[in-house]
Amino acid sequence: MTDTAFVEFDRVQKSYDGEVLVVKDLNLTMPKGEFLTMLGPSGSGKTTCLMMLAGFETATHGEIRLDGQEINNIPPHKRGIGMVFQNYALFPHMTVNENLAFPLEVRGMEKSVREDKVRRALDMVQMGAFGNRRPAQLSGGQQQRIALARALVFEPELVLMDEPLGALDKQLREQMQFEITRLAHDLGITTVYVTHDQTEALTMSDRVAVFNDGVIQQLAPPDQLYEEPENSFVAQFIGENNTLEGRVKAISGGIAEVELHDGRIIDAKPVNVHNPGERTRVSIRPERVEMNTARLPEGAHTLEAEVQEFIYMGDIFRTRLSVAGNDDFIVKTRNAPGQTRMEPGQKIQIGWLAEDCRALDAA
Amino acid sequence: MADMTADVAQMRGSQEKLTTADGKPLKVALAAAQARSKRRAFYLVAPLLFFVLLTFVVPIGQMLHQSVYNPDFVYKTDVTTKETTPIMVNLRNWFDENPRGTEPEEAAYEALAKDLVVLREVKAAGIAGTRINYERSGSRSLFTKSARKAKKLEAPYKEALLDVDDEWADPTVWAAMRNASSAYTMNFYLAAIDKARAVDGSVEAVDEKRKLYVKLFMRTLMLSILITFLTFVLGYPIAHMLATLPLRYSNLLMILVLLPFWTSLLVRTTSWMVLLQSQGVVNDALVGTGLLADENRIQMMYNQIGTIIAMTHILLPFMVLPLYSVMRPINPSYVRAARSLGATSWTAFRRIYFPQTIPGIGAGALLVFILAVGYYITPALVGGADGQLISNLIAFHMTKSLNWSLAAALAGLLLAGILVLYWLYDLLIGIDNLKLG
Ligand SMILES: Nc1ncnc2c1ncn2[C@@H]1O[C@H](COP(=O)(O)OP(=O)(O)OP(=O)(O)O)[C@@H](O)[C@H]1O
Ligand SMILES: [Mg+2]
Repeated sequence: MTDTAFVEFDRVQKSYDGEVLVVKDLNLTMPKGEFLTMLGPSGSGKTTCLMMLAGFETATHGEIRLDGQEINNIPPHKRGIGMVFQNYALFPHMTVNENLAFPLEVRGMEKSVREDKVRRALDMVQMGAFGNRRPAQLSGGQQQRIALARALVFEPELVLMDEPLGALDKQLREQMQFEITRLAHDLGITTVYVTHDQTEALTMSDRVAVFNDGVIQQLAPPDQLYEEPENSFVAQFIGENNTLEGRVKAISGGIAEVELHDGRIIDAKPVNVHNPGERTRVSIRPERVEMNTARLPEGAHTLEAEVQEFIYMGDIFRTRLSVAGNDDFIVKTRNAPGQTRMEPGQKIQIGWLAEDCRALDAA
Repeated sequence: MADMTADVAQMRGSQEKLTTADGKPLKVALAAAQARSKRRAFYLVAPLLFFVLLTFVVPIGQMLHQSVYNPDFVYKTDVTTKETTPIMVNLRNWFDENPRGTEPEEAAYEALAKDLVVLREVKAAGIAGTRINYERSGSRSLFTKSARKAKKLEAPYKEALLDVDDEWADPTVWAAMRNASSAYTMNFYLAAIDKARAVDGSVEAVDEKRKLYVKLFMRTLMLSILITFLTFVLGYPIAHMLATLPLRYSNLLMILVLLPFWTSLLVRTTSWMVLLQSQGVVNDALVGTGLLADENRIQMMYNQIGTIIAMTHILLPFMVLPLYSVMRPINPSYVRAARSLGATSWTAFRRIYFPQTIPGIGAGALLVFILAVGYYITPALVGGADGQLISNLIAFHMTKSLNWSLAAALAGLLLAGILVLYWLYDLLIGIDNLKLG
């Protein structure tokens, strides 16, 4: 993808107890300036990866390289990596100014230089007026900004953030998401960001690495991740998703015919399936389901569905259908002129374009 | 300008006078609303308050009172009937009429002779003599002997008394009697800092070989500081380890730390004696392994070393517990943050971890120091002559010499010293930072 790899995980494994691999065979390369998010459910090994990169855990196997240099044996304080912790970890016995001056002080910078940099870093996060406060005298969002400023004040090339917005309310979160991405891009920093909030991951990142069970399930830009999930886990984890179970009947011309349990046939794009007879789970986004089957191309398969529930949500309608034994099949339609509202119990025909329906592993 | 400030003041004043809906001032309404719950809370703590008063405030007050009050030369209390009889009335009158420094003449001796008769009658010669003995040794027998013969004394009394014992001519006896003639006196405090009143009433140091208390106070102070320091040096790493280990290991180790509390202090001290004496385990081991020749066994008992070792061991938990309770909640991410910001592990410890443990150090040090200053049994058993602390002397005056007033004065000084320490702690660290566990 790029010429130079700035951060590189090369077949990294990690076990805490010698029995379970928390990280299994991690391979990851990041170019300079990229904003990469590690997204995954709790316990999937995201923090562990970050801690190995920062130097607080050692990889059990494999190599981690920073700017081409192997860092397994470099102590944390020599790695020059800025870090934002989930609990902020602002030093409680120091003022905001002292907190920010700390990394500069240990680098032996002069007082005047220090003060200048601290002031600029505080202004950068719009906290210029709070330099003399203690962390305990700040709100959560303000502490978050200070933690960010402290991680950036010594101008590291790589910044790690472990769920930095986890403790904030929704509105503040969205504002901070925007500010963090802006700062990261303005300063040209390479960022590894950990979250288990998928919206956060999709809106902020250049690329997202979806973690599960110590393995990267998919590493792709947000749009690709959403639209072209490579396996069932990613499809389920990112965004809303409808699934149907079945068996591949035939594959021809880039279209797989999938036979559902009740014998009906649907069209899908073969992603993880290769041969007829394989079990598969097809995945289709709620907004890609077509209820006006006249719009589908000639010869497309359709399914009968029964309306279970109709929810009016303002900009969209959300219809819950019962399809082929799945009572939780969601369809989202835009509140466009002429769009009809469904009644529960109503029987309709639905269909989709074959490329919108992905035949994935049966998991 | 002045108008404006007045206006502002008025505005603020009117703002402050908030009222409830029916026009009562808000503060009054609030106080009324809270009074009931306050009263109830008071009833709940009343028993405790009473208990604390009875067991803490009253005894300490009494102790402080006793340190400045000794009526043994003023009246005699009958042990059974609790009746008090004034004694030395004539002599006290004479002291009142004649200023300090007056040469005692016939009138003084006459008063003394009459008072001695009373002493004999109410059987108070011993007690009164002991009171004088505190200030001038050898006076007790003077009193008992003279009181026995007092009835037979006849004018001129001066000669008669000098006949009984010519020590009566000694001005120090008269100075001591004058000092004792008022029940309230600061002389015990003077004695507690190795000072005494000279014949002319001025304060002077006692002679070199009777100086004892200041030296002991200093020794107590030094040893307590040393022991506090040792418990800190030994306890800090232990507490840190306990605080960083997973709970199931740290709980186990905590039991080891607390193990000393499970056995009696006396048993622990005795086991130190078994270990440390010259035929003890440590010396035997050293000799057995050939590290030490049999004839130069190390003397670790009945001196300061014994006191220091045993007390450090016994007081160690009092340092470890507050430290642990402060260290446990310190999130490891602070040190990690410091490291990621470029600090070496030493700098991260010194600048980030250590400052956050200071309240624990303060609490532990205060606790250990206060306990050490007042420690009694251990130094008494393993201390020998030069391992004795001030509390051993207080105990001596309470149980052996029965000079309770001096004991109280020594204890009063100790209390004052500790209060000063407490005040200093508050000044430097702040009492609200005190974390005891
Ligand atoms: N210090 C440790 N010792 C032993 N096991 C650990 C340790 N830290 C983490 N683990 C285990 O490693 C696994 C991955 O943990 P990790 O903290 O990396 O997850 P995570 O993806 O960051 O989860 P979350 O989203 O909840 O923060 C978990 O099963 C966890 O129990
Ligand atoms: Mg985590």
